[in-house]
Amino acid sequence: MKLRELAHSRAGDKGDTSNLSLIAYDARHYEHLRRHVTAEAVRAHLADVVAGDVVRHELPGLAAFNFVLARALGGGVTRSLAIDAHGKSLSSALLELELPAPDDERAPAR
Amino acid sequence: MSHVRSHRDGGRAPTRGTLRLGAGAGYSGDRIEPALELVERGDLDVLVFECLAERTIALAQQARRRDPDTGFDPLLETRMRSVLGAAVERGVRIVTNMGAANPLAAARRIAAIAGELGIGPVRVAAVLGDDVLAHVLAGDYRFEESGAPVRELGDRILSANAYLGVGPICAALRTDADVVITGRAADPALFLAPLVDAFGWSMDDWNLLGQGTVVGHLLECAGQVTGGYFADPGVKDVPDLARLGFPIGEVAADGELVVTKVAGSGGRVSAATCKEQLLYEIHDPARYLQPDVVADFSGVRVEAVGSDRVRVVGGRGSAPTGMLKVSVGYLDGWIGEGQIAYAGAGALARARLALAIVRERLRITGVQTSETRFDLLGVDALHGASASRRAGEPYEVRLRVAGRSASMAEAARIGNEVETLYTNGPAGGGGAVKSTREVVAVQSVLVPSSAVRPSVETVEVPA
Repeated sequence: MKLRELAHSRAGDKGDTSNLSLIAYDARHYEHLRRHVTAEAVRAHLADVVAGDVVRHELPGLAAFNFVLARALGGGVTRSLAIDAHGKSLSSALLELELPAPDDERAPAR
Repeated sequence: MSHVRSHRDGGRAPTRGTLRLGAGAGYSGDRIEPALELVERGDLDVLVFECLAERTIALAQQARRRDPDTGFDPLLETRMRSVLGAAVERGVRIVTNMGAANPLAAARRIAAIAGELGIGPVRVAAVLGDDVLAHVLAGDYRFEESGAPVRELGDRILSANAYLGVGPICAALRTDADVVITGRAADPALFLAPLVDAFGWSMDDWNLLGQGTVVGHLLECAGQVTGGYFADPGVKDVPDLARLGFPIGEVAADGELVVTKVAGSGGRVSAATCKEQLLYEIHDPARYLQPDVVADFSGVRVEAVGSDRVRVVGGRGSAPTGMLKVSVGYLDGWIGEGQIAYAGAGALARARLALAIVRERLRITGVQTSETRFDLLGVDALHGASASRRAGEPYEVRLRVAGRSASMAEAARIGNEVETLYTNGPAGGGGAVKSTREVVAVQSVLVPSSAVRPSVETVEVPA
């Protein structure tokens, strides 16, 4: 299944660093996401975009994660040649990631 | 509950024990009328406009050099004409960073508008001292990002502005100003300062300052916490985005926050909208560096407590680093760009042929670039080729070529080589456009807080 079915995301930027949140719709899926949406998985999924490291911060109290992607914005928002210099659309790219369905097939809580 | 200090004797005293903060703009060009809706129907104590993006101040500094009475936000006048009368009448104080590179000129402009509209008495307090260009040029600073010495840039440097904390904003509020206008300040500080001022929070109560930073961070992007930048039809629906209501933060003396909006306005405040904004652009949630505190969002709890009402608690903090971030703006060459579109059967093949032609033309005509980029919009422009391989062939494709050059003349040659595809390239190219722009880039340095000396100056409009 696509990550989009289990979680939502917003992208932000500072300099050449992109910041992608990942928030589970249902807190019961947090562990499943923690197992499958690793920093390495995100790095591989966005390999065309990210030139640096990916760090994952865990926020169990919010059933959320924060991914920090170094050297991901074409040299920085203010000087990038990219059409989406802020990398705002990277949240949608993250949610394209494929992962196994969780054991339960509960519909996401809205 | 502690006592909330009222604004001006005889004004509307917020004796209810909470301070109600509204966010009237999330960026410089934001919608105008949601702020007026907040003033008229939001029962606010303070209205904050956060309008200063990273490089805006460098552009404003360029404007100020051309005309010393300018250098503030271009929409200052429009926003003030819209809300100032209603705000002063209701005792709603305004705090904003629309002063950009020239807060004092902005304060005088606001006073002039008040005089012209017959609004008075009005006191406008300008926060000065964020401009640290002289200090940075005299020092031995290196950029945090590139490691290069700042001085190497020479006369390409436009500006250096420190992110001020709550101290000078509180000093401005203590003058009983109706409007406080700053240049560069930490965005959350625009919200944290009225809280510190109203509740008398101690500047070494790190947990309160951390929770107050949560308040500021959630509100500073305005509509981004009330359902803006959130909608995804069928998955995350948001009603009435054309009438999106901007947020109100109800804050208690212990920092407990309820995020809400004007009843009947568009949008939605939910636990999900608040979580998305909480994690927006913060990097390490446990160490969000601010001038007055290192805020820790890792223990924050978010809970819906009513219709469009979300309670947010649990922000913590620790002592600040003693260093202030300074954004340095500088000229960084020119970007030239050209685009042209192809459609129908074979569109992708013709766009790829066009791309190869432009690539070769830039080489054989000797266009001087330090970096180039070739995108097929609708195919691989946003996330590269591997993402698009999963999709089918599009009906229409737009070629985009961008390159970096040292001069405008050289950058212009890039777009020209796209435009000449009309008569020299593949069949059916249409809608060619070309452009050049000068790059104002921003990097940061860290300076000791003690090197930055803010001050406050007031401008009065008599009754």
